[in-house]
Amino acid sequence: MKKFLSIIAVATMVSATGCIKDKDFLNQKPPAILTPDEAFRTPADAFSVLSNLYVRQLDFSSLDNGWESFVGFGESFPSNAGSAWIVRDSEWGYGDWGNWDYGYIREMNLFLKRCEESKTLETKDKTQLLAEGRLLRANFYFELTKRMGGVPLILEPLRYDFSGDPTYLQYPRSKESEMYDFVISEMEAIKDQLPVRAITANPVTGRATKGAALAIQARAALYAGSIAKYGAKAPEVTLPGGEIGIPVNLANGYYTKALAAAEAIINGQAGEYGLYKKNTTNLSENFASMFLDKSGNPEAIWVEDYKLKSGRVHGYTLSNQPRYGSEEEEGGRINPSLNLVEAFEMLDNSFAPLAVKDGGGNPILYTNPLQLFEGRDARLHGTIITPGSTFKGRPVDIWAGYRLANGTIVTSDQRGGIKDLPGREKVPVVGLDGPIDGLEFVAQSGFYIRKYLDPAAGAGSRGTQSEVAFMRYRFAEVLLNAAEAAFELGQPDVAAGYLNQVRARAGLTTALVGANVTFDRIVHERRIELAFEGHTLFDMKRWRLAHTKWDGTPLSEAELISNLGSATRRNTQPWALWPYKVYNPGSPDDGKWYFQRKLLSWVTGARRFRMGNYYSNIGTGILANNPKIVRQPNQ
Amino acid sequence: MKIRFQYIIALAIGTLLFACKKDNYDPPGSRVSGKVLYKGEPIGLKFNDVTFELFQYGFGKVGALGQVFDQEGNFNLLLFNGDYKLVIPNGQGPWLPKGTGGKPDSLDLRVNGAGELNLEVTPYYMIRTPQLAAANGKINATFKVEQVVTGVDARAIENVALYVNKTSYVGQGGDFNDGETVLAGGAIVDLNNIALSVNVPTYPTTQNYVYARVGLKIAGLEDRIYSPVVKINL
Repeated sequence: MKKFLSIIAVATMVSATGCIKDKDFLNQKPPAILTPDEAFRTPADAFSVLSNLYVRQLDFSSLDNGWESFVGFGESFPSNAGSAWIVRDSEWGYGDWGNWDYGYIREMNLFLKRCEESKTLETKDKTQLLAEGRLLRANFYFELTKRMGGVPLILEPLRYDFSGDPTYLQYPRSKESEMYDFVISEMEAIKDQLPVRAITANPVTGRATKGAALAIQARAALYAGSIAKYGAKAPEVTLPGGEIGIPVNLANGYYTKALAAAEAIINGQAGEYGLYKKNTTNLSENFASMFLDKSGNPEAIWVEDYKLKSGRVHGYTLSNQPRYGSEEEEGGRINPSLNLVEAFEMLDNSFAPLAVKDGGGNPILYTNPLQLFEGRDARLHGTIITPGSTFKGRPVDIWAGYRLANGTIVTSDQRGGIKDLPGREKVPVVGLDGPIDGLEFVAQSGFYIRKYLDPAAGAGSRGTQSEVAFMRYRFAEVLLNAAEAAFELGQPDVAAGYLNQVRARAGLTTALVGANVTFDRIVHERRIELAFEGHTLFDMKRWRLAHTKWDGTPLSEAELISNLGSATRRNTQPWALWPYKVYNPGSPDDGKWYFQRKLLSWVTGARRFRMGNYYSNIGTGILANNPKIVRQPNQ
Repeated sequence: MKIRFQYIIALAIGTLLFACKKDNYDPPGSRVSGKVLYKGEPIGLKFNDVTFELFQYGFGKVGALGQVFDQEGNFNLLLFNGDYKLVIPNGQGPWLPKGTGGKPDSLDLRVNGAGELNLEVTPYYMIRTPQLAAANGKINATFKVEQVVTGVDARAIENVALYVNKTSYVGQGGDFNDGETVLAGGAIVDLNNIALSVNVPTYPTTQNYVYARVGLKIAGLEDRIYSPVVKINL
């Protein structure tokens, strides 16, 4: 009887809950998936779709892309044992930096189609949302073109019909010039549909504005112009179909467009953008805080934004904060190289290596390590933490050891390691920030990075992290783009004017005149102003200088300190500068500092950029799927 | 604990039944080897630098099997029997590309057992009669350069260089030489009489021999032509 009772109970439950009509049984609306109509009902709904597309934009160096994306190319040294390959390897893989994210492109195309089809969005909102979507799509195609050259330009969401014949989905690669034409014309078409950002007292914005559209247009046109003009320096990097390489006769047209778009921003047609000059007394501090200031920052044109306690934070400061006094037991990873430090100009616009040795080869003594770096471009201390400088009000402790009167060096292989000196017992003989060769997280190159380093409390702790925004496009780059375009168009005076604006902010008040503006000057100015902002590789690629700069030959000390302003100078290995203190009680030299250039033991490779590295390899899977895809040259 | 033999026997039988050799493929067993030649003479290349690709058809999607020539221009493949296509991608190798219309040079290949396959190419230049010897702490080299490709396809010499290295991997780049002397193409007076010399590097542990070779860079081409690697006793 009990058995029957339970059977009846189960039957009752089944009939009570399983009472949906048969035809509806499998026809349930999933509660977790929104239909296009629902997702594009209000501007807020549509924007939440768009925000996902914003976050997936591709940057070369970006704050949430890992500190490693900032390092390498001879400009810095990775002070992290797991990343020593960056300076041990000589060659880059042919597939490095490649991207083929057509999944993302499809979703942007779907966004544009569905947003367009929405019946409930008002025209005004729809126009702006569509313009933003198009900006993201075009900027992503720009990023793809920088890496891959011409790629299939797909502007519709494609759908497979399961007929067994996918040939109608196979698109050939567009010409490289067509890619740039697309980016330029898209920006031209949407720039007036985007809002003009009011800067004064407004926080920076990650959303697309008219300024962003013009800045992308200027940069894209400049890239296209320089690929056209300098393509002849690497004639083997072309394809007969134009997928790689731009004819030289198009160069001036592109430079003209670049100059026009950049000048539209400079002349205020896109809003009140300008150079960040809030701190006029300390130009280095001003330069450093330009990257940190998120309110009323006229420099920021388009940023990738972060926010504390929202889940969207980044660990850049955690990875790179000075190790001594850091908020976690790590930091100090990006060590700018001496190669870069030597390149900062003197205030009279001349180049001079750091005065480390006198004419006789003897080390020059300094009472304060900062004296070595005096009289240089203010961006040096705004970009790099040198021995003797401070971060968050705390001096960094970078020195490699004591030199005794007899020339012996006393040092230790631990941070702040303690040893006996003649006449003094148990004193630290090396700085708490190193440098110690082979010890990670200390300033092995003698320097730490300052750019983007967040001084806010907690920014260096794993639990809090940082909300500093990444500057994708900023005003100084627009000025440099304008200067380069003007120079290439034979207007050196115009170029000098724009360069002078950027340089004056860095304390270089001796104005350049047209005759001073050379190609090397332009290359140098971009290297200094835009260091660690993801430009190095792409600049060297578009000027076709990469195979000259990274030619696989080790960099000697003599080369390191000569031809500092030359665009073609070798940069295959990062060098270090180690400060030492003199220990000689009773002598006037006691406690003074001297410096030594040094190649660290991890640096065993010498970077070689092969012709096949100019454009990243297209995967064999992609080539097998689509026979219309032309392969890259030299691979 | 009591050992239960019936389980062990069952396991053993199971192993015998299912781990049969017949379930597995044979490993590739056909050895195809060869070298790049110009009129029967080998062409020296840089280690791991000049690539070629093999495609095998008949198994769904076709992807390249990437391969490289070694320093003497040799290659050595262990393949399954079947139909292959051997492709030298555009821009690879210091020779005149044979492909037309942007298509790379390719060769259909039927593999059936071991065999030899020599690839005849037309290099832009050949390094002739290289003589390398050590004297007074230097490595001296004399050689001739013969221009093979003339006419519209001719390419200039960008430079010639003498490389010396501790190991037998010798070529351009810091990983492949400890010393080099480069002579720009424009500075060559007589192609039939080129002399270069380079200092013998000093090593922390003394070694009474070094390896050296001569390389030639062709303008507008990345891959260099090299002479054979020579071991020189000091």
